[in-house]
Amino acid sequence: MSTATRDSGVVQVRGEVIAIRRAGAYHHLTIVAPGVAELARPGQFAALAVGGPTTGNLLRRSFSIHKVSPSGTYGGTLDLVIAAKGAGTEWLTALRAHDTVDVVAPLGRPFPLPTEAVPTVLVGGGYGSAPLFWLADVLRERGCTVEMVLGAASEDRLFGVVEARRAADRVTVTTDDGSAGQRGWVSDVLPEVFRRTGAPVAYACGPMGMLQSVTRVAAEHGAVAQVAVEESMACGVGVCMTCVMPVRGKDGVTAMVRSCVEGPVFRGDRIRWEAFHDGVCGVPEDAVGAPKVGGH
Amino acid sequence: MAVDLSVTLSGRTLPNPVMTASGCAANGRELHRFFDVSTLGAFVTKTVMMDPRSGRGTPRMAETSSGMLNSIGLQGPGIHAFVAKDLPWLKSVGARVLVSIAGNTAGEFADVAKVLVDSDAFDCVVGVEVNISCPNVANRGLVFACDPLASGKVIALVREQLPRDVPMFAKLTPDVTDIVSIADAAVKSGATGLTMINTLLGMVIDTDRLRPQLGGITGGLSGPSIRPVAVRALWQVTAAMREGRFLTVPLIGVGGVRTGRDALELIAAGATAVQVGTATFNDPTAPQRVLTELEALAESHGVARISELVAVAHDRMVIP
Ligand SMILES: Cc1cc2nc3c(=O)[nH]c(=O)nc-3n(C[C@H](O)[C@H](O)[C@H](O)COP(=O)(O)OP(=O)(O)OC[C@H]3O[C@@H](n4cnc5c(N)ncnc54)[C@H](O)[C@@H]3O)c2cc1C
Ligand SMILES: Cc1cc2nc3c(=O)[nH]c(=O)nc-3n(C[C@H](O)[C@H](O)[C@H](O)COP(=O)(O)O)c2cc1C
Ligand code: FES
Repeated sequence: MSTATRDSGVVQVRGEVIAIRRAGAYHHLTIVAPGVAELARPGQFAALAVGGPTTGNLLRRSFSIHKVSPSGTYGGTLDLVIAAKGAGTEWLTALRAHDTVDVVAPLGRPFPLPTEAVPTVLVGGGYGSAPLFWLADVLRERGCTVEMVLGAASEDRLFGVVEARRAADRVTVTTDDGSAGQRGWVSDVLPEVFRRTGAPVAYACGPMGMLQSVTRVAAEHGAVAQVAVEESMACGVGVCMTCVMPVRGKDGVTAMVRSCVEGPVFRGDRIRWEAFHDGVCGVPEDAVGAPKVGGH
Repeated sequence: MAVDLSVTLSGRTLPNPVMTASGCAANGRELHRFFDVSTLGAFVTKTVMMDPRSGRGTPRMAETSSGMLNSIGLQGPGIHAFVAKDLPWLKSVGARVLVSIAGNTAGEFADVAKVLVDSDAFDCVVGVEVNISCPNVANRGLVFACDPLASGKVIALVREQLPRDVPMFAKLTPDVTDIVSIADAAVKSGATGLTMINTLLGMVIDTDRLRPQLGGITGGLSGPSIRPVAVRALWQVTAAMREGRFLTVPLIGVGGVRTGRDALELIAAGATAVQVGTATFNDPTAPQRVLTELEALAESHGVARISELVAVAHDRMVIP
């Protein structure tokens, strides 16, 4: 069953899980979700309902689209990589083949692609690498070279190292504990990668701290970072206003914008990183409609 | 036989009683990707104030058992941008619009209403919902709807700005000792109807970090977990009106509606129309689905008109 479309670029479908397998610390789900593949582009995400029709967990859970395939024996499919963390992701990762799950996708803005064949750097932190392989394929189709940097706390939290070797021209791996690749953070190896490739653009997905450092290192090397952010989302479709963050527009004016609609991909240098502190984000004083003293 | 779903709210007839809830449907475009918003009885817009507002920092939400906590802080573009962009769009798709307004002071409510009334697309407006469940800057941030005098003042000032035939609903908070006295004050000051309920104040502590989970510390609780509170509030105010304590006005029920059965429960308690809020986050087509389910249920109860079910539970009490 598939509803909506109305030429709206998004579908709501009752998806059927056809495969679920472990990938290190994560679960990789393949879901039959007709209509999604034709619309989706790398960087967009899917919002899944969890717990079944009578669940007390009402809010949708958002996941980057790992890949899509338009046809096949089962109809179009959607692949997601999920880390079990709380009630919703526990439920999703406990699904079995032929279980159903309500999917709304694709959502948000995709990674903008370069108009010319340029060298590119793709950086993934933990499950944040999930959308990058598909992106790499699209970039290479356009003649771009792709260098990937994958980082995580430990080896089991890396996702797709083998796939990276296929999808990218060169791969560097880092782990905080040194259990795979180089010990340290992606930001330790990035300066060398930018120097070597001369890439004018970097694409990144992962924890906010990592996105901030990718943005900084990219700027130091004259490159633009396009980062896919993660903020708590209740609806994923733009109606609740929970997912906002302070982002500077083209006009230089900062506004609290919805990351599910105007993101999740933003130019890194437009995000007001200084407003984020340990999981809490404030409203910069110069943001549109910021509280005045004695105001809200 | 098909049930007549139309309802009349303060002189305006709507094709059916199901609406979105303010702040749970943005201003229409997003949900219109999933279903035609003009099929609803009315579309209720996000509360708009005079000036643009950034709202609060994040996290702005916490999931709770069968509900959620939010602290958005009335983020919005301001009434001028609203009447320039959002209202004309809603009109262009044929929606009937219930516009939710608020102010930091009683005077600001009236100013917002004036800009709305003077706007080009005002003819698609089927009513104004006055969100008095917001803090009164002039009274140390005490919520207007917690004080009958402040509530009455806001309602009277907005009434002066609205043409006589424009319905005006006061939206009440359940976080008061006696909701009937607030309802009474609002109706006496000129509200032609009441919407209830807004969210209940709540708080969640993140037990990993052992600190408040919301950036704004406290937030509004919504979703199916608050439905019994909405039913109770509708019941008490309906009972008071039936006893003749103040003028009988139509009620719009809101709070925890996820299914047609939930909507029927609010109607049976006294609501003429019903709004669907948080359930929309679970299912973007929820308002439309609730309408379909409600129609089937009304049919199973054998009524010719949905309005026959309004407050019906008051007549069905068994007192042994
Ligand atoms: C655009 C985007 C892409 C994402 N991609 C992936 C991915 O590819 N793989 C993956 O494992 N996770 C991804 N996440 C994070 C994932 O959405 C959360 O881990 C998940 O929602 C947590 O749900 P829970 O029930 O397990 O946790 P709980 O903490 O119980 O969640 C409670 C509520 O908070 C919200 N929430 C909690 N943490 C997050 C978070 N980090 N981001 C957004 N909402 C949150 C949930 O929606 C839910 O409403 C992504 C998040 C976003 C916004
Ligand atoms: C995220 C969110 C934002 C809301 N914003 C507003 C608002 O701007 N104005 C208003 O009157 N009510 C607002 N509400 C309250 C709802 O309109 C409704 O009264 C309440 O959530 C109870 O209904 P529900 O349980 O169906 O959500 C908001 C609720 C939520 C969850
Ligand atoms: S998640 Fe609801 S508006 Fe972005």
